[in-house]
Amino acid sequence: MKLLILIGLVLLIIAVHQLMRVVELSRQFKKGNEWSVKDSDNSFNGKAMLLFGFAFIAFFFWQANRWNDNLLPAASSLHGVKVDTLWDYNMYIIVTVFVLTNAVLFYFAYKYRGTKETKATFLAHDNRLEMIWTIVPAVVLAFIIIFGLKYWNEITDRSNDPNKITIELYAKQFDWTARYAGFDKTLGSTDYRQIDGGNVVGMDTLDPAGNDDIIVKNEFHIPVNKEIEFKMRSRDVIHSAYMPHFRAQMNCVPGMVTEFKFTPSKTTAEMRKDPYVIQLMKGINEVREKRGEEPVEFDYILLCNKICGASHYNMQMTIIVESEKDYKDWLLTQPRFKKRVVSK
Amino acid sequence: MSHEHSADLTEHLGHHDHAHDHDEHEESFVSKYIFSMDHKMISRQFLITAIVMAVIAMTMSIIFRMQLAWPGEKFAFINAVLGDKWGKDGILDPNMYLALVTIHGTIMVFFVLTGGLSGTFANLLIPYQVGARDMASGFLNMLSYWFFFLSSVIMLGSLFIEDGPASGGWTIYPPLSALPEAMPGSKLGMTLWLISMTLFVVSSLLGGINYIVTIINLRTKGMKMTRMPLTMWAMLITAILGVLSFPVLVSCVVLLICDRSLGTSFYLSDIYIGGRPLDNVGGSPILFEHLFWFLGHPEVYIVLLPALGITSEIISTNSRKPIFGYRAMIGSMLAIGFLSFIVWGHHMFLTGMNPFLGSVFVFTTLLIAIPSAVKAFNYITTLWKGNIQYTPAMLFSIGLVSSFVTGGVTGIILADSTLDINVHDTYFVVAHFHIVMGLSAIFGMFAGVYHWFPKMFLRMMNKKLGYLHFWVTFICAYGVFFPMHFLGLAGVPRRYYTNSAFPMFDNLVDINEIVTVFAIIAALGQVIFIFNFFYSIFRGEKSPQNPWNSNTLEWTTPMANIHGNWPGPLPVVHRWAYDYSKPGSPNDFIPQTVPLVEGEQDGGGGH
Repeated sequence: MKLLILIGLVLLIIAVHQLMRVVELSRQFKKGNEWSVKDSDNSFNGKAMLLFGFAFIAFFFWQANRWNDNLLPAASSLHGVKVDTLWDYNMYIIVTVFVLTNAVLFYFAYKYRGTKETKATFLAHDNRLEMIWTIVPAVVLAFIIIFGLKYWNEITDRSNDPNKITIELYAKQFDWTARYAGFDKTLGSTDYRQIDGGNVVGMDTLDPAGNDDIIVKNEFHIPVNKEIEFKMRSRDVIHSAYMPHFRAQMNCVPGMVTEFKFTPSKTTAEMRKDPYVIQLMKGINEVREKRGEEPVEFDYILLCNKICGASHYNMQMTIIVESEKDYKDWLLTQPRFKKRVVSK
Repeated sequence: MSHEHSADLTEHLGHHDHAHDHDEHEESFVSKYIFSMDHKMISRQFLITAIVMAVIAMTMSIIFRMQLAWPGEKFAFINAVLGDKWGKDGILDPNMYLALVTIHGTIMVFFVLTGGLSGTFANLLIPYQVGARDMASGFLNMLSYWFFFLSSVIMLGSLFIEDGPASGGWTIYPPLSALPEAMPGSKLGMTLWLISMTLFVVSSLLGGINYIVTIINLRTKGMKMTRMPLTMWAMLITAILGVLSFPVLVSCVVLLICDRSLGTSFYLSDIYIGGRPLDNVGGSPILFEHLFWFLGHPEVYIVLLPALGITSEIISTNSRKPIFGYRAMIGSMLAIGFLSFIVWGHHMFLTGMNPFLGSVFVFTTLLIAIPSAVKAFNYITTLWKGNIQYTPAMLFSIGLVSSFVTGGVTGIILADSTLDINVHDTYFVVAHFHIVMGLSAIFGMFAGVYHWFPKMFLRMMNKKLGYLHFWVTFICAYGVFFPMHFLGLAGVPRRYYTNSAFPMFDNLVDINEIVTVFAIIAALGQVIFIFNFFYSIFRGEKSPQNPWNSNTLEWTTPMANIHGNWPGPLPVVHRWAYDYSKPGSPNDFIPQTVPLVEGEQDGGGGH
């Protein structure tokens, strides 16, 4: 087999070599040279540019149309709705600029393809035109900046909701842990030197505030329509807590506590009845069926979105959004830290 | 020192070559081809090294693209390239996946688009286009190449060590890159990466200082700053950015080396890894990110500006029109260069950096869109009512304008911290920077190679193969990177070995397949270029002195690679570089050496 490939390669090289000889010899009989650009070359490439321009913009709309239903569902958090609105307005602007600029570029590339007869127009500059395309982008950008920063400030402001729920997300290679403050509504303090098999998040065992903390793996629950304040920590390297359905993301950095807050607005059960999500899951399950895999239901998910090592691609935790009552019931069934240590 | 005086100085230096036209002392092979101090030879050395590096980095991308499109499939190709350790049964190892992504990024950003692009064209064009005998210091220039070469060898060498090369991403964020327990790539591979990059910075600084000094001091008589071709302005601003920002990368790297080897805690704190708590306290990975991106963002423009300079020149020449808004083009490059130093924080909106600091970076970053828009519109206006000559270089230049716009507009989304929250570190980012930086810069580089090949090798490249190469590359490039936006909008993170661990990404397999198929065709398309390039070096048609009817000084030199560039005295410059199709002139180009006629205005003014 290897011998065959080798022989094939050698033959190919000989064939190419002979072909080159033929081309080189035939060139001697032609007038002029190969490299200089002829009107026919300009004509061909100019038309090809126009064709490409059309095809490119068509390709864009084809993709937008084909994959529009495969994308993330509308935001499931209060601030996420604003992010989506801002996203849409920005998209209108940039898609317009993208389509128009490319259209003009490829049209000019076609229209002004050179010939021997034509002479270009000598135009070195035009202050009025240049002012236009300095000022117009500046004005548009001013709006983009103002609205962007308004939302950014709202999203990143310190939470002052007295009823907020504080949850710690703790990252390590390669899984997530969530920790809830117990009855005292205070997360116990931590000390990374106390980490061991029974104390995965490094609870400071001397701090009584931590005794009633609840530590969960694999999935965590949050109540709908309540502000959730996340405190992120990491044990080893930088991770990033990415919850795309809520338009939420924050890095988890060893040595510091980072924060992100949001208010979920749709329960997992509501999402599973959402028409967009139903067709989204239908598409997913069709692919899974073809591969012989079990169908799945929609779930909110927490992913790691900062390269963290070999299993970075599989660092996940399921998020369940439910009514406040269900959430409280679930929380009561979870073991508390003190008990865990004792039961160890 | 006035530039006239310094021009005399080079005149004096170069006089030796002039006096002995056919020099008796033949140069040895070593001094001519290996340790050459001639800017033209050094330029060719950079180019060929960069081509080798680019082929390697591109092959890597094909391997990880195959894994992403068909995870778990067995490919004899992967086994053949990576062997049984990293490609057992033809399946890519997850650690090797990360290593390939890391080294692909490192090679492409630094070795191809920084060293390769600036090294090739700054070296080739600066002495030619400002009218100098050579670089200010031929010796430093030679050192610059050999540091680059050594650094390339070490980077490639790291591919063959037992634990594999660095694999923490090209941004090498600690603690991942600092702790050998975190991943195998953070052992010896990371050490070699750091050594290689330090040498690379040395090379870059030696080159950069030379470029700046040559442009400032060695311009020939009459070559005022405001008469310089835009390539020169681009190279000058690029070199200044490099000289100011690369040293910061070295400090960043030195602190990381201390953390890795000397037990310091610049970037480390409160870490428990490998079954034990580390003693390090008080450091912060955020410090690393600030230092890294203080280079990292100007680096984007170090990559991009030379390409923009090259295409300004090519678009003007081949539209047979002056570049539209010469001074606005210089102004916008200066603005971009300045702003590039105060925007680095937009890479860090979600690191836990103070959100108010983030706001400042939103503002400065979005400002860059203004000079960028000016540049894009000026390119397009240059085409307007032109007489476009479609050389392969011109095709690639128009390709650059398209990719610069297409990739640039998504920058507006990513610069907006509110919108960045949900697409940060997803494929939307991968799409954005590959199109705006990767494609634009590589198109600029291809354009430069096709355009100045006759100056480098005195022969012409094959035009038809050039056309074929362009169309395959252009179509496939968008085919590869455009669909990635949609992966990002579906929430797919970058640097995932496979997307199959999450059912929510199962309906995106066809996007990944399309991307990979285009990538494979694009890679095969580069064979056309490589064949054309090496074939034309030896067998291409002989080039005339000024094949593109261009105005700049390099085309006034004889078609022979002689020391000192001009056999006689240095040319004297009388006008700017863009008098194409000037009314009243019989030719559609007026070289810079032609004196102004009575009453004629320079710089695009009329009679």
